[in-house]
Amino acid sequence: MIEISHVDKWYGPTFQALKDCTTSVAKGEVVVVCGPSGSGKSTLIKCVNALEPFQGGDIILDGIKVNDPRTDLPKLRARVGMVFQHFELFPHLKIIENLCLAQEKVLGRSHDEAVAKAEKLLDRVGLKEHARKYPAELSGGQQQRVAIARALAMDPIAMLFDEPTSALDPEMISEVLDVMVDLAREGMTMMVVTHEMGFARKVAHRVIFMDRGEIVEDALKEDFFGSPRSDRAQKFLSKILAH
Amino acid sequence: MFVNFDFDVIRRSLGYLFLDGMTFTLTLTALSALGGIVFGTLIALMRLSGFKLLGRIAGLYVDFMRSLPLVLVIFWFYFLVPYIGQWVTGASRPVNVGAFTSALVTFIMFEAAYFSEIMRAGIQSISKGQPAAANALGLTYAQTMRYVVLPQAFRNMLPVLLTQTIVLFQDTSLVYVLSMPDFLGAASKVAQRDGRLVEMYLFAAVVYFTISCAASFAVRRLQARISIVR
Repeated sequence: MIEISHVDKWYGPTFQALKDCTTSVAKGEVVVVCGPSGSGKSTLIKCVNALEPFQGGDIILDGIKVNDPRTDLPKLRARVGMVFQHFELFPHLKIIENLCLAQEKVLGRSHDEAVAKAEKLLDRVGLKEHARKYPAELSGGQQQRVAIARALAMDPIAMLFDEPTSALDPEMISEVLDVMVDLAREGMTMMVVTHEMGFARKVAHRVIFMDRGEIVEDALKEDFFGSPRSDRAQKFLSKILAH
Repeated sequence: MFVNFDFDVIRRSLGYLFLDGMTFTLTLTALSALGGIVFGTLIALMRLSGFKLLGRIAGLYVDFMRSLPLVLVIFWFYFLVPYIGQWVTGASRPVNVGAFTSALVTFIMFEAAYFSEIMRAGIQSISKGQPAAANALGLTYAQTMRYVVLPQAFRNMLPVLLTQTIVLFQDTSLVYVLSMPDFLGAASKVAQRDGRLVEMYLFAAVVYFTISCAASFAVRRLQARISIVR
């Protein structure tokens, strides 16, 4: 589904954000990407739907080369859902309009069709009664669940999560993770940048550990949590699992 | 001290002053502001686009317009627009566009430079995550701007845009150099016809002051309301 091969990315001439990153996400697979801040994990996931350009290597999404200049990027991005650290709901639109906008403008669905789909998904994330509110009237956890519903409304073939719980107060993290766990169990293809190792243990198939722009470890979940092969991954795990 | 003044001249010319003069002024202000915002937004988008050449052209335009006195530009356009019309339409003689069209084009072009800077600040005030989220949903650049970025930028900048429009309202009086019948022009005509300069110019000042002041006050109230909602 997602093939990342030998991806290099530079910010300016001197700083290399990604170094020869190679990995893949198969259909129905849930892959968690973790690593210290500044390790390039967010950059990598943003390269997958070309929100960040990269200079070397290839990324192939469902058979389509992302870095090919001829690729119709809006069309490709419409097929992959993305959830951001800071939710990024559109504050000037009501919740239901947030969910309908791209359905109507990108997929060409009728307004009624889009609303029906939106209501179904809002119900699914437990926020049906908030449909007519504005994003600012919702808590962080609720906003993030809306953001997930908004991505799902496009019937994506895969979902990308960029630190979806990092900006949340602790008591709101689980409501978002619950939605993600359900999604994973339904067989959604997911690439998740997160520090939530509980989530990784529960539903991930594979765990990727990144440090300083490199993929240091790419292992099955059991192997990763059993005994990480690299020192850097071991150190990282011992730090975040200490509490 | 007012013994020698005849303030009745105002009452006698009220119809002409407001029905003709003020209508003209308000029409010119509204159309100029609308056109200025549309063109200003386009210029702002050019400046913020990734294309260096487009950005440079827009930047030069803004600097150029902001470095010239408005009266000069009004004059300039009045004599230039017929020739531009001739060039565009390929006519054999300079096109007679009339003073109003000429003035309108001038104000739109001139105000576009100022409005573009306001819209640029407004667009830049939107966090990068917003267009990223819109792009991630598959919206094109144009759709992202139209449905996500510009509505928010416009709302954030509304008080400043309106304040600039109040300045524009006062600036439209400069069309007197083309002897056009705006409010000030009308007042000036009456003043000279009846020899009542002090009365009429006093009255004109009071009217401009009252309208601008009231509008500023309304903008401040609007600003307070917007900032509560956010």
